[in-house]
Amino acid sequence: MNHLPLIIKREYFTKVKNKSFVIMTFLSPLIMIALIAVVAYLSQLNNDKQRTISILDETGYLKDVFQNTDNTTYTNLSGLAFDDAIALVKEKNDYGLLHISKVDSLDVFADNVKFYSEDSPSLSIMSGLEQKIEKRLREMKLQKDGVTIAQIEASKTNIEIEQESFEGEKSSKIDNVVKLAFGGAAGYLLFMFIIIYGNMIMRSVIEEKTSRIIEVIISSVKPIQLMMGKIIGTSLAGITQFVIWVILGGVLMMIVSTIFGIDLTQVKTPQQEMVNQAIQAEGAQAMAENLITAIGNLPMTNLIIAFMFFFIGGYLLYSSLYAAIGAAVDNETDTQQFMLPILMPLILAVYVGVFTVIEDPHGTVSTVFSFIPLTSPVVMLMRIPFGVPLWQQGLSLLLLIGTFILAVWFAAKIYRVGILMYGKKPTYKEIFKWLKY
Amino acid sequence: MNDLLVANSVSKNFGKFKALNEVSIAVPKGSIFGLLGPNGAGKTTLIRIINQITMPDSGTVHLDGQPLKAEHIRDIGYLPEERGLYKSMKVGEQCLYLAQLKGLSKTEARKRLKYWFEKLEIGDWWNKKIQELSKGQAQKIQFIVTVLHQPKLLIFDEPFSGFDPINANLIKDEILQLREEGATVIFSTHRMESVEELCDHIALIHKSNKILDGKLNDIKRQNKTNTFQVGLESLDKDRVFAEIQDKFEVLPATFKNLNDDIKLNIKLGDHTSPNDLLSFLTSKAEVHHFVEVIPSASDIFIQTIKNN
Repeated sequence: MNHLPLIIKREYFTKVKNKSFVIMTFLSPLIMIALIAVVAYLSQLNNDKQRTISILDETGYLKDVFQNTDNTTYTNLSGLAFDDAIALVKEKNDYGLLHISKVDSLDVFADNVKFYSEDSPSLSIMSGLEQKIEKRLREMKLQKDGVTIAQIEASKTNIEIEQESFEGEKSSKIDNVVKLAFGGAAGYLLFMFIIIYGNMIMRSVIEEKTSRIIEVIISSVKPIQLMMGKIIGTSLAGITQFVIWVILGGVLMMIVSTIFGIDLTQVKTPQQEMVNQAIQAEGAQAMAENLITAIGNLPMTNLIIAFMFFFIGGYLLYSSLYAAIGAAVDNETDTQQFMLPILMPLILAVYVGVFTVIEDPHGTVSTVFSFIPLTSPVVMLMRIPFGVPLWQQGLSLLLLIGTFILAVWFAAKIYRVGILMYGKKPTYKEIFKWLKY
Repeated sequence: MNDLLVANSVSKNFGKFKALNEVSIAVPKGSIFGLLGPNGAGKTTLIRIINQITMPDSGTVHLDGQPLKAEHIRDIGYLPEERGLYKSMKVGEQCLYLAQLKGLSKTEARKRLKYWFEKLEIGDWWNKKIQELSKGQAQKIQFIVTVLHQPKLLIFDEPFSGFDPINANLIKDEILQLREEGATVIFSTHRMESVEELCDHIALIHKSNKILDGKLNDIKRQNKTNTFQVGLESLDKDRVFAEIQDKFEVLPATFKNLNDDIKLNIKLGDHTSPNDLLSFLTSKAEVHHFVEVIPSASDIFIQTIKNN
């Protein structure tokens, strides 16, 4: 008798109709957007803040180096004694005082620059000041050796290396950024999906144990059917929630940014920094064009098909392990000791993905981890946009499917025995014994 | 083919622990079969094997002459000892779901549920959640779910635990009626008074082995000690007592009677008939009370287990 559709239906509808599930589905995007809006607003506020930096330059070398900007005003305190300058800065409540003591030669100039402030100054301001001083100093040193400003300007060149593959495919730096974004998004999505919905499956198995309904159900259906029904039903509920999140999040994002005029893209993440650098290097006009080519350059068909297979394979593999844990324990507090071995490879996969794949998508570490079944879904998804030979994808997928079948067999064994064991906290040794029942 | 269920030398090990050792039982059609035994004897394991929840290591189980297979799930209704329902699911939905798992169509299940809900006067529970019901109320739902698909074989593991006497009686009557309608019942319990009341066959499992089975009356006949309880009235009590003691094996007895009688349990030897005893007694005193001592299920249970 095939009860799988019936079980899937029940699992799906109990999840979807559950009040906290409904609330989370609609509230999470709201909270997320609200958080992003607040962060964006705050960072805008921070950028808008006016600062006054006073400068006491006893050498006179740095004249005209500091130009006022929108946020920063420079006050020249030349002529004042140091103590008076400090007192004045304190009184005016300035951001700080840049003091350059009198020096005899340019060689010791660098050792005589000091910044005084009430709180420790922000990194970006310090590096801004340093850059300006360094530039001025370099120019002065060169001038001293007889180089004119015009010559210095003329010596500056901007190199933009054009990239082209052996097959003649043109690409640009933005390509890598786009690849990274696609791969990262896919890998991270899988990671989140496993954590959220794997836990949900586990809880629902535990619920059946604690409510003692399991034996009634098990006398009607095979444990493996129940387990698969749970996994599939919960995944469908998860996909429903994810789709609603994406749609609702997108709509809300638009509403918030139009109403409040906050540019949400101003929130800077490291990836965006990279995008920005790439944009700066290329110039804004070329950028849009390059972005489209970059997306066009992605192996889209491969990406979508591989995404589906690795996502489903990876998710099923992990969720059968989660189901097995749920079956082995009596309540959620007992799950801790079994969670670690599941979370470790998952977190490892994300770390490898984020740190190694970016550096070297086809290096040894990336390649090896994209074959190990527990890490392969995440790592491979991150690698694929950079172009992975099909045989590698196929082999990795084969390994994944093999492990998945093994894991289901293993989970079903534990599930079958575990769901009927009440009252005691199992150890690894006992679970190992169950495999032989 | 008069036996609905036949288990033949069923063994099951959990690791090194032997849960069932070559256990054979035969459950006649239309009987109420008591599966007895102390805690941990292996009853639940046997029941789980019949329900195909666990597989036996060796031995066979036949239902209605056929080896047990997946389709037989429809023919069995099982009320486990560890029972429960989905707490946050509504009563009606839940019953429909569980009935469909047993192979009923949705419309058929709805029709039968309506009948049962009216019969047990719980029609207004349909939209309640299980967590809003009391334990006894939830048990009623559980009972309905067990019998709804009209199985040939009903297995009840401690069916009365959690019921108050009124509802326990109600359920007992339902079980008897289901038997009238042709169902066979396996009944696992520790409560000997309900065994006495309901069962016509029993099997006793102790430490993974079956140590006794058969018709309850046959077993009682085998276990009786040929002892008679008598109440006598006489003017000369001491002399009568001494004469009886001379001839028979005598133990003091206690039972309620109107007079201050001589109350005795008299055990007869193999060659003495009750009539001999009675005629002897009538010649000596006035007989007010003469009953054969029949061992109760509880006595047999305790005695058999002690002897093993």
